[in-house]
Amino acid sequence: MAPPPRHLLLVLLGFLAAASLATLAAAMYEDQVGLADWHQKYIGKVKQAVYHSQKSGRRRVVVLTEENVIASLDLRSGDIFWRHVIEKNDPVDQLSLSLGKYAVTLSSGGSILRAWNLPDGQMVWETNLEVSKLSKPLLHILSNNKVAKDNLVLVAAGRWIYAVSSIDGVIAWEKEFSLDGIEIKQVLQSPENDILYVVGIAGSSKLNLYQLNAKTGEVVKHIQESFPGALCGEALLVSRNVLVALDETRSGLFLIEIKGESISYNKVHLSDLVQDLSGTVKLLPLMSNGVIALQASSTLSLLKLKGIDGLEVIQTFEQPATLSDALTITEKDEAFAIVHHMGSEIEFIVKFTSDVSNEVIRENINIDQHRGNIEKVFLNNYIRTDKSHGFRALVVMEDHSLLLVQQGEVVWSREDGLASILDVITSELPVEKDGVSVANVEHNLFEWLKGHVLKLKGTLMLASADELVAIQALRLKSSEKNKMTRDHNGFRKLLIVLTKAGKVIALHTGDGRIIWSNLLPSLRASKSGEIPSALGIYQWQVPHHRVMRENPSILVVGRSGTDSSSPGVLSVLDSYSGEELNSLRFDHSVVQIIPLTLKDSSEQRLHLIVDSHSRAHLYPRSPDAINLFLHEMPNTYFYTVDIEKNVIRGHSLQRSCYLSFDDEYCFSTKELWSIIFPSDAERIAISETQKMNEVVHTQAKIIADQDVMYKYLSKNLVFVATLSPKATGEIGSAAPEEAWLVAYLIDAVTGRILHRVTHHGAQGPVHAVVSENWVVYHYFNLRAHRFEMAVIEIYDQSRADNKDVLKLILGKHNLSAPITSYTRPEVMVKSQSYFFTHSVKTMAVTQTAKGITSKQLLIGTIGDQVLALDKRFVDPRRSVNPTQQEKEEGLLPLTDSLPIIPMFYVTHSLQVEALRGIVSIPSRLESTTHVFTYGVDLFYTRLAPSRTYDSLTDEFSYALLLITIAALVAAIIFTWIWSEKKELSDKWR
Amino acid sequence: MRIPNQIDQSVGDISRLASSTWAIATSTAAATTTTTSTETMAARLPRHLLVFFTFVLGCVGAAAAAYQPGSAEGYTIAGRIKIDAASASASAKGFGLPSKTSNTRVILNGGQRVTFARPDGYFAFHNVPAGTHLIEVSSMGYLFSPVRVDISARNPGHIQAALTETRRVLNELVLEPLREEQYYEIREPFSIMSLLKSPMGLMLGFMVIMVFVMPKMMENIDPEEIKQAQEQMRNSPVPSFSGLLARANS
Repeated sequence: MAPPPRHLLLVLLGFLAAASLATLAAAMYEDQVGLADWHQKYIGKVKQAVYHSQKSGRRRVVVLTEENVIASLDLRSGDIFWRHVIEKNDPVDQLSLSLGKYAVTLSSGGSILRAWNLPDGQMVWETNLEVSKLSKPLLHILSNNKVAKDNLVLVAAGRWIYAVSSIDGVIAWEKEFSLDGIEIKQVLQSPENDILYVVGIAGSSKLNLYQLNAKTGEVVKHIQESFPGALCGEALLVSRNVLVALDETRSGLFLIEIKGESISYNKVHLSDLVQDLSGTVKLLPLMSNGVIALQASSTLSLLKLKGIDGLEVIQTFEQPATLSDALTITEKDEAFAIVHHMGSEIEFIVKFTSDVSNEVIRENINIDQHRGNIEKVFLNNYIRTDKSHGFRALVVMEDHSLLLVQQGEVVWSREDGLASILDVITSELPVEKDGVSVANVEHNLFEWLKGHVLKLKGTLMLASADELVAIQALRLKSSEKNKMTRDHNGFRKLLIVLTKAGKVIALHTGDGRIIWSNLLPSLRASKSGEIPSALGIYQWQVPHHRVMRENPSILVVGRSGTDSSSPGVLSVLDSYSGEELNSLRFDHSVVQIIPLTLKDSSEQRLHLIVDSHSRAHLYPRSPDAINLFLHEMPNTYFYTVDIEKNVIRGHSLQRSCYLSFDDEYCFSTKELWSIIFPSDAERIAISETQKMNEVVHTQAKIIADQDVMYKYLSKNLVFVATLSPKATGEIGSAAPEEAWLVAYLIDAVTGRILHRVTHHGAQGPVHAVVSENWVVYHYFNLRAHRFEMAVIEIYDQSRADNKDVLKLILGKHNLSAPITSYTRPEVMVKSQSYFFTHSVKTMAVTQTAKGITSKQLLIGTIGDQVLALDKRFVDPRRSVNPTQQEKEEGLLPLTDSLPIIPMFYVTHSLQVEALRGIVSIPSRLESTTHVFTYGVDLFYTRLAPSRTYDSLTDEFSYALLLITIAALVAAIIFTWIWSEKKELSDKWR
Repeated sequence: MRIPNQIDQSVGDISRLASSTWAIATSTAAATTTTTSTETMAARLPRHLLVFFTFVLGCVGAAAAAYQPGSAEGYTIAGRIKIDAASASASAKGFGLPSKTSNTRVILNGGQRVTFARPDGYFAFHNVPAGTHLIEVSSMGYLFSPVRVDISARNPGHIQAALTETRRVLNELVLEPLREEQYYEIREPFSIMSLLKSPMGLMLGFMVIMVFVMPKMMENIDPEEIKQAQEQMRNSPVPSFSGLLARANS
């Protein structure tokens, strides 16, 4: 056969190969789970822990956290058995165990009582109780109640007390105390008889003591006593007939004794007992045998009661020290733990209340310095083999992590600060210094081939079960993805996250492990009691290729208090090591942080920080930065959205401050424009802009009939949605006639409204995402009673006549004319809306390195999943019957609702509980983007919105390729020999 | 009213209401179960007879002395989630998708209130004001349609529920998944055909045909025709690469 047709054949085959690669599925196979993605489960900062004292089986602890999670943890490893994330507007206050098989939680200020099955976490029952919302509810589970082998659950809130059966949640009895303004503070049970003691305070100084029948709730006895001074409300029963209460000024203690019908009391001044009482004094809940603890801001004191005559100080600890709740050991005795810091170590002390001066255990435990101070400790005991008592404790640290300490060691730790991420940025990893050695690959050639043969077996479904396991392990292990160096595709990065506790943690994208963490000293609670709050994390210095020797650094901005007018704090950290390079306390507040695109000579990014007096401060404070900025200052504009006043304002900058003339890094601002929305008709619901680092590849869009539409691309485009006042509430609270949504597209430099559209009968919540020249927003349509997703695409009409090729050639086009925001743009807008099935928690859009790859919307649904919806589905140009040309362009026929295809869930069969944010970060490979989602859980994956068109997938079978080549070569040789032979025989003929 | 247990409590509500408003066909069946416990009730009732209680309307201003769940202000929406046991176990077997019914959440009005389904699928929202509400169900592995629930303030007996996706009107608030969700692509089992269909297989196949079949065909062709063709080939120029590309594309 002649050579040319062979060529043709190869070309054809090449096309076939390319085509078949392109049709590779976008969704993933089940055995690909964990290849590019990882999922981490967290619970948040533990605020209550109850140990499950089961004799056999796995030891577990049920915890309640500040992220509103109840979880059952394995006490051996810290793994989660089960977990439930309760909605934020249903805060869980109390947790207890009942009958050894239910966990009982009290939430929403005492109005919802739920029981969860301990082994599997299934909700067993739920009971709604009617209580006054403002009080702090109490949950108490009666033990050894003789009523039908049932433990009654007591709920006390305000003036109500309920007894609920713990088996099925039916209310056994209820009691409303008729006394005016009474608030129940404590419920206690006498061990011998079925009598409940209820302590309540009416007004602020009237102490009421009720004795109730535990079976029926009838009042057996009622004693009331007025006190000369007001009580603080933090009353607690020390032993069965002695009460201790702080007075209102928190400087004195009332010691109250109950003898039958009468109450006698004595007042003790705290200053007589404990010296150096500064700050607020708190009474910690403790214990039998007359032991109480008193917490001041600098000390923690243990006191012993001597009747009602007085108190005796036993021991005083320097703060920071923490005390655990009392743990019943025997009928008469209780144990408690005190943990305090000793230099770099912590000291864990266990004592019995019967003998407070002696210590049962004193252990020194070494704890990572980046965990901060101890905040809480939960004590648990176990019986050693020699029948003595051993103790272990769960310790909650300042960075929200949870540790189990036992026998002087940290058994396990959970980094639960990651459940409350505030902000995320990424950082490149260091470049590999010595270059990739080829020898390394060749050395492992045999291993490499073996791996691929295994994979081939897997794809051909010939592998045995053992081999399948080996394949999976091989895939997950692949050390390539976990290296600490930069890779060619930009798949390996550091995700640097800032948590609510003020801790900065760097995670590796390969497997999500923690590379470094740093609890920032500037964001730690100080002794003076102010609680700093972290605000955000920004790129500070990203060295370019030439100054690669320097490590990149990041900027963390926070406030030194919770109030928005409190002065700001700033920290600069090294991205590779997490070390704090620089830290600064501002003399001004932080309201808005504007990262500028400018960089100074040391490649530090310039940032403007706007304070509460509308003054802008430039950072870094270097002469280089100010010179650079002064050039750009006339072109710098920013806008502020004031949701309370319903106003959007645009500002420009002016030289010098009014107040401090000598501060050349301070600029005053001038209001250029403002849009005031009428408060009775419209309330600002959301404002959204595109991401600063977004890259747009093409300015024009070529539509089916060879026509060109120019995108209106402006970084200053702001999308604002306003709702009618009635529509801002929950669904079901407004009628369609009184609810509407108005969507605005505003130019942030001039304040010009480019487009305005009203959706009648629409209600919040509104979620929006802005990218390139389009906005997609999600709202609720009250008329159809379905959620809707609307899209607005904005095109530049002024350049629409640039279609003429002749004009382009002759240079009579305006494509190269400078664009200024002050020209009046002629824009054309296309919009469309579609139904969407789910509620949405958050929305984002994929970002790629060059912006060539088509975009996908990342939608965090109410089920805590992330759906990747192709932008083509929300194209405003979709029509019912697309023409042939439009079909070729890839325009989909119009449907009234957007499809939800389960394979398009980025999170596949996982949930990112309490989903809060989705971040998309471009990788160096154009087709691929990193997606990081966070809530209580973390989930990371890589997405290829248009499939990996620029690289072979991991699925690609090299072994099959090799076999084919070998077979082809063999065939060539064989046919060659054959033809030689034939030729020879022909010649002989 | 003293109520023996949780399920019966709701059933009790129905039997109380059934006399006054909204007489439902299954209320008698429900009434007979008032005395049985949860477990025995589940056992006694056949699987398909799940539709025995529907909306429970606690009326406003009912006597405050007797406890009525959610009777303080507003109404109670109670219903049941029904995930077919057979399909759930099939999915668990079939594709390792655990039937995480323990984490089935019922969401009222896009997150205003969230409750969990009990093991038997029941859920209830108390103190819901009159109006039009939306109930969503989130359960991994299943797609549920949101449900529009209208509670009329003027006419407490009048209630309406409809699936928003299919616009199907529900007689009872029994929520069933529209479909199971398969999050993974299913790998096709290995077959010789799939191997042959792969580009490499096609390449090999084409080779084999060229090597073994073409010579046979050539033999069958008239020698004169071959000569003609060879002459034509000699006369015509060698096809250019771009031409080939164009041909391959078309």
